[in-house]
Amino acid sequence: MACQGLQKGETLESLKRESETLKKKLEEERNKLNDVELHQVAEKVEVLSALSIKTRRVLKGHGNKVLCMDWCKDKRRMVSSSQDGKVIVWDAFTLNKEHGVPLPCTWVLACAYAPLRSLCLIMNGYLGLDNKCSVIPLSLDKNENLAAKKKSVAMHTNYVSGCSFTNSDMQLLTSSGDGTCALWDVESGQLLQSFHGHTADVLSLDLAPSETGNTFVSGGCDMKANVWDMRSGQNIQSFESHESDINCVKYYPSGDAFASASDDATCRFYDLRADREVAVYQKDSIIFGASTCDFSLSGRLLFAGYNDYTINVWDVLKGTRATILFGHENRVSRVRVSPDGTALGSASWDSTLRVSWSFSTGSNYIFRFIKLLFWVNSRLVLEFTVAF
Amino acid sequence: MLWIHSDSFHRLSLLLLFSFIHLCFQLESILLEMQDPKIGVKGTEQKLNISTIPHVIAGNDIIAWISNKMKTSTEEAQAFGTMLVAYGYIYPLQNHKKLVMCNDSSLYRFQTPYFWPTQKWVPDDSDYGIFTLLLHAVCLCFIQAHYNHLHEWLNHKWDFIVMQATEQYKAGKERKKPDRVVFDCQERAYWMVNRPPVSLSNSNMFYQQAIMRSKVKSSVSLGALVKYITTYKNHDPFLASCLPSNPWQTDHDAYWTLNMRRVEVPTKMRVERWSFSLFELLSDLRGRDDFKIFLKKEFSGENLAFWEAAEELKWGTASSMSTKAETIFKTFLAPGAPRWINIDGRTMGLTVKGLEHPHRYVLEAAQTHVFMLMKKDTFFRYLKSPTYKDIQKKALNPEQHNFSPANLEQNALNRSPGIHPIILWQQEEEEKAKVAAASAPVDVKAMMSKIDRKK
Repeated sequence: MACQGLQKGETLESLKRESETLKKKLEEERNKLNDVELHQVAEKVEVLSALSIKTRRVLKGHGNKVLCMDWCKDKRRMVSSSQDGKVIVWDAFTLNKEHGVPLPCTWVLACAYAPLRSLCLIMNGYLGLDNKCSVIPLSLDKNENLAAKKKSVAMHTNYVSGCSFTNSDMQLLTSSGDGTCALWDVESGQLLQSFHGHTADVLSLDLAPSETGNTFVSGGCDMKANVWDMRSGQNIQSFESHESDINCVKYYPSGDAFASASDDATCRFYDLRADREVAVYQKDSIIFGASTCDFSLSGRLLFAGYNDYTINVWDVLKGTRATILFGHENRVSRVRVSPDGTALGSASWDSTLRVSWSFSTGSNYIFRFIKLLFWVNSRLVLEFTVAF
Repeated sequence: MLWIHSDSFHRLSLLLLFSFIHLCFQLESILLEMQDPKIGVKGTEQKLNISTIPHVIAGNDIIAWISNKMKTSTEEAQAFGTMLVAYGYIYPLQNHKKLVMCNDSSLYRFQTPYFWPTQKWVPDDSDYGIFTLLLHAVCLCFIQAHYNHLHEWLNHKWDFIVMQATEQYKAGKERKKPDRVVFDCQERAYWMVNRPPVSLSNSNMFYQQAIMRSKVKSSVSLGALVKYITTYKNHDPFLASCLPSNPWQTDHDAYWTLNMRRVEVPTKMRVERWSFSLFELLSDLRGRDDFKIFLKKEFSGENLAFWEAAEELKWGTASSMSTKAETIFKTFLAPGAPRWINIDGRTMGLTVKGLEHPHRYVLEAAQTHVFMLMKKDTFFRYLKSPTYKDIQKKALNPEQHNFSPANLEQNALNRSPGIHPIILWQQEEEEKAKVAAASAPVDVKAMMSKIDRKK
């Protein structure tokens, strides 16, 4: 019974030995095509000019840890969910709260905004026994009782850790503590495809932004990041280089690479076409785990939220830290760049959400004036000295 | 480490333990009732090739029984039923990989108690060794404290033991084909629930496939990544300034208004972005509109129309799939179809055959073929076309905002609420309906017969 799947002549030992040899062979094949490292290629790229990123907007309204947030496609609205069972839809630009969905006695682990008009919420009952994923269609009526409209879609045998809509409001992809991911049809609640392969809880997933749009990547407590084909349910690529749980995975904007954030205090960058890890973002001073990550629009910057209450901004190509954002007073649970790349939203256990953006010096009137003053001053000094 | 439990792991796990134990005992009593020949779910025999499987029950019967017994709605009963399947108390005969309870005539069987999840409390996996030892210790304390209840519990359990022993004895003694089939089904179902099907030989196969998969040289793939960054550098608001200004910084939302879905004249940056790749052009619906104008002039709009229809099929609801597939076949693939797409014979043959039993990805091959055609040929012709050059010339290049501190304060007080995304979505739907009605392929035959009738 325990030896199911063994062919004639195979034993558990022989299979294990074969597994080790194959793993080594895979590494060899990957290294054969490894003719250059990322930092070497990056030498030809110009250095980033000094980044000035400020956190200027704070969204207060949750009563407990904010566990998740997501942007709406209109680039200014966002949804956030918290451990106090509240889900709030904000217009982050005007700081208005547009909808509040109270779900008492539940931890709302995650939330996602659908491309068109729905919200997806992952709710876990008090002791994590609910394991439900519900979809709520939003409307213009602010006083509507949204909690009553929720429709249960996904169900796993363990907690649901992450959810994401595909290209429409009709399909939902979920990851779960039972080690599987699943694709659901929202209208009927039908399971369309399930993805088996992780040997421990799956904590995060992300859909590929490419033209074919048929793959997604998932990361879990087995320290593996797997790439899946949505059509066949097959695991097509796997990367095992982290030393602890992978908390978050996110695709590079071109869809040819992805980054992962892990409890081992590193973020790593994987090249899908070369099939290997190409960069590790770490620092001796960073010892707390990274719980979340996201790329800027061009892919040059990687924003990562850590358990030491900071957000580190990494230069993806050079592998160095470009800047660090302070402000949160507890762990950062989620960072997301807005759909048009203009701002970074971050959610934290300090029950607030913050919006940060690049403080471009170009349009700052005062700064330009001061620069002009300095220039004039320096010219005068020069002429003075020359005269002497 | 899952942070959700790190806070009060021990307390939580004990609570979980007790509730799980309690739950399992309750579940087991319900299951006993379900299998009762008088008051339980009605079973039948199911023929499988030449042998017959006994005690087969239908999904809708189970759900009706649960709904009646527990006085709940059908939806809740279905959810409960799915839990029974997911945890391994009931297993599906058809489609054994999908562990859900369907409210139709799908067939199920009760799992033998030998394979019930509670039986798993024997340490057979070193990872769970400590956890199960803890379980046993707790059980012992629980039992010592509640001796009277223990007496009842043992009696309750005795029925299970007898039932299990009877079944195993029967199976061992006779080993008739149907019993063997049943046993195999049960065993397979147990492993489907308790050990996801990734055996060592499967993972070895994965490594072999991984070794053989074509890989690209690092210099090539990394070069492509760098190229992407360089191309989009000026479009990244964290690296270059937005024109006229970043709305978050100046509290003025001109940047968003100028880049809305249906602007008459797009901005220069937006038009430049369309030239980066066909994917960019199609992802921006305004760009897609411009591309359609070009295609109309070339009389080759059917490729894009097919691609759009295939996307709608792929991402649509499961219930709408067959109707959509039929429409697509009639419009694009049937011989003599009004918007017939020109794809190679092999792909056409495969697609048409697949459409007999349509599924989400039935148009995948044809869609990829059409996309590649557009990407390698039409897209580049578009970039050189007067349509694109025209829009490039017309495109706006807004002046950089220059707000004084007083202006900025004003802006902060007057932040515009913008148009609600749901209103925008409604407008989109209306526009789409208009376009669909206007471009519906003219049914020449119907028109001719109309004219004939008028005569």
